[in-house]
Amino acid sequence: MTAATVPGEALKVRLTAEEKRARILGVVYFALAVFVLWVFTLGVDPDLDATFKLSLPRDRFADLEWVVNARLVGYVVTAILAGLGALQLTRGFGTRGNLVLGIGLLLFVLSFLSWAAAGKSFSLVGMLTSTVLLSVPVTLGGLTGVMCERVAVINIGIEGQLLSSAFAGTLVGSLFGQWTGLIAGLVTGAILGAVLAVLSIKYQVDQIIAGVFINIFALGLTSFLATRVLGPNPDLNAPGRFTVIEIPLLKDIPVFGNMFFKHNIIVYATLVLVAALQVGLFYTRWGLRSRSVGEHPKAADTVGINVFRTRYTNVILGGMIAGFGGAFLTLGSTGRFEENMTAGVGFIGLAAMIFGRWNPTGVLGAALVFGFARSLQQKLGILGTPIPSEFLAMAPYIVTIIVVAGLVGRARPPAADGQPYIKQ
Amino acid sequence: MLELRGITKRFPGVLANDNVDLRVEGGELVALLGENGAGKSTLMNILYGLYTADHGEILVDGEPLVLGSPAESIAAGIGMVHQHFMLVPVFSVAENVILGVEPTGTGGWINRRQAARSVREISERYGLEVDPNAIIEDLPVGLQQRVEIIKVLFREARFLVLDEPTAVLTPQEVDELIAIITSLKQTGKGIIFISHKLKEALEIADRIVVMRAGKTVGEVLPADTDENQLAAMMVGRPVELVVHKDKAQPKEPVLEIRDLTVLDDRNTIAVKGVSMTVRAGEIVGIAGVQGNGQSELVEAITGLRTPLAGEILLAGDNVTLASPREIHRRRVAHVPEDRQRSGLVLNFTVAENMILDSYYSPPFSRGVVMDWDAAHDQAEHLVEQYDVRTPSVDVDLSTLSGGNQQKVIAAREFNRDVQLVIASQPTRGIDVGSIEYIHSRIVAERDEGAAVLIVSSELDEVMALSDRVLVIFDGKIVGEFDPKVTTNAEIGLYMLGSGAVHETDGADLARTVE
Repeated sequence: MTAATVPGEALKVRLTAEEKRARILGVVYFALAVFVLWVFTLGVDPDLDATFKLSLPRDRFADLEWVVNARLVGYVVTAILAGLGALQLTRGFGTRGNLVLGIGLLLFVLSFLSWAAAGKSFSLVGMLTSTVLLSVPVTLGGLTGVMCERVAVINIGIEGQLLSSAFAGTLVGSLFGQWTGLIAGLVTGAILGAVLAVLSIKYQVDQIIAGVFINIFALGLTSFLATRVLGPNPDLNAPGRFTVIEIPLLKDIPVFGNMFFKHNIIVYATLVLVAALQVGLFYTRWGLRSRSVGEHPKAADTVGINVFRTRYTNVILGGMIAGFGGAFLTLGSTGRFEENMTAGVGFIGLAAMIFGRWNPTGVLGAALVFGFARSLQQKLGILGTPIPSEFLAMAPYIVTIIVVAGLVGRARPPAADGQPYIKQ
Repeated sequence: MLELRGITKRFPGVLANDNVDLRVEGGELVALLGENGAGKSTLMNILYGLYTADHGEILVDGEPLVLGSPAESIAAGIGMVHQHFMLVPVFSVAENVILGVEPTGTGGWINRRQAARSVREISERYGLEVDPNAIIEDLPVGLQQRVEIIKVLFREARFLVLDEPTAVLTPQEVDELIAIITSLKQTGKGIIFISHKLKEALEIADRIVVMRAGKTVGEVLPADTDENQLAAMMVGRPVELVVHKDKAQPKEPVLEIRDLTVLDDRNTIAVKGVSMTVRAGEIVGIAGVQGNGQSELVEAITGLRTPLAGEILLAGDNVTLASPREIHRRRVAHVPEDRQRSGLVLNFTVAENMILDSYYSPPFSRGVVMDWDAAHDQAEHLVEQYDVRTPSVDVDLSTLSGGNQQKVIAAREFNRDVQLVIASQPTRGIDVGSIEYIHSRIVAERDEGAAVLIVSSELDEVMALSDRVLVIFDGKIVGEFDPKVTTNAEIGLYMLGSGAVHETDGADLARTVE
């Protein structure tokens, strides 16, 4: 018998999943490059310019614009994508793979926009601003998921929690003012959080079923009440919206001023909440204990941490965050309740939680991606592209599927996620 | 002084602890000896507050302890190193140590620097070296156990309970652990050392307490007793502790493995080009610390995991990519390492489990319908032949003890005429009486002409059963030994990777010891 094969050589026999993914990714870059060249570059009139508006009419620095030849953008993006593909196939990007993928997709979107806006004018700042607004409820839904799953309770009922508190917010807000409405939203979220907590922690009901129950219950009840109570009494569905608070000086920064510093209190509070939860989870006693309960509840129990109390607290707090998001939908966004107005936001929030790897800042990032896809769909409808609007309406969900199916690599949930803790 | 008085705990259908008394002084090491299911762990879980006792009281220095709360037990100075480590795998060492008693500033902000410093202080004081910033899941079990001990010391425990602490360690790690325990004893800590290994208890204990079926059946000083007496106390009858077997008569090769490379679940290479041969009529043992590729090796041989490269030959046929059923049909018996996860269906009955491998063929299956009468007859026959203690073949398997569950697997797998037996951890977690039986069955299979491959992290077991011992470390076979002429200590060195590493391909390995 000869000497043993070196493992490195042996590896060439069959590809590992990791290598397969890397190769597929490389091919994806090339495919995108070809697509950009063919459709977005050679498909436009070489003389047409795309105009991107970078400011709104009433801004301090109005009339900021970026005018660029659409075909030129196409060529540049094609070249960069092809380069990325070549690098990916030859040496790979290691741990920066996802970052590079993000940049690549961003470039793809840029060339798409310049193709769509060729010969026209497109309000980039408007789209980015609505991206932020659309991502707020998704972020809050995702944060709810983080709160619950970090202590190992799966919350499928976020959608129902959002919807119920949106309703409570509009009803109580119409009667007693917006602030009271906001509190009603929080209380409603907390109650539904408590329902989930009792069902899954005390009675150890299957958590998926408990969550689905909450969703169906919330949809049925709010739809019924909306028809019977809000329908005949339009006064009860007119709470008004929270006023926009413009932050002095910061609001005048081009693009960013509009994106982040001209919003109502709920949007600001959401951003603060993301930061607070990120710090809270990873730098405080509360966070360490919560995470230990989600990873290894028995270990937490053996050091004297009350697993049940921790789970109740966090699931109810999570419900309150969803309540906050529900209140945003009515009091902070549309100013009125409509049947099934959440339309899947809670589920996209769950996807944002997975995409964001159970981290608050990750959730925000993922929510911005989803918000961007949604916003793109709305603005392109206005621009009038040859792409059917139904297809664009699918965009956020396609992004969700691709993301959750693991294009960005496998995320690891808390180890005890979904398992009830049983004490002898 | 720590004193348990009249502890009684009843689980549905079982009296786990029946009026148990136990006492430990500061600076004393008491070994609590007993078979699995004797009630040792239950007793300690009551002491630690994880279970509530039905009756009885616990006194710490004469003060009664509030039962049923780990927080109270910790406050009273009781610490426990659990058999299954209570560490959060994704946390750092320091985070695990401080969990529950975190040094915090305003608003619950954790003072990480202080945490790391505390860990280092304890490390230095007791000789428990470990990096406070390492992540638990990256550490070997020996180090994880150290973290558990540091965790207990950080809480200023005066009484330590060590639950089967040596079960997962190599001989060298056991020596280190014993040194640590001795130094803890010298600083005045009272220690309860739970074990079912007789040798260990005799070696280190000041006093040995033996439990059987929920009761304390005796208390002896190590000087006044020996292994045979202790075993008899544990089991309730005289036990044969030595494996009796004749010299092996190896014949033709049955299992040949060439340059096998296998990935683990995390896609890292777990088995790195292993080559080995197992012949008919011999028992080959693979010794190694858990997590060095032995699980993946066995899964590859039994068709449960697709190898990345290399070949597996069974009686000359290439079965590298064969399915588990194909392997099974080629007369291979497999006793899997985790019987409850991959060998049995716990909420199936004994009879159903007995035909798990052959339900699809006559006489148990007639076309699409099952013949349950045939299954019944078969099960009843096997239960009798293999001495499975069960009220009937219709009870759920989960109601049987670990030893009897293992006998069910042995009965199912050994009942046919096999050419290869693969047994992983064949006696893990089962009692002395059943170990005796399983060992004799394995030797019988060899004597009937089967090739046998044993994988065990219990070095004593590998040494007692095997005709040839291969040591696996970091996915490679690093040495081959004759168990009759080598020592546990020597093999232990190789298990830790510090033996002289051979560039090996198994077949032409130099006999290291000769």
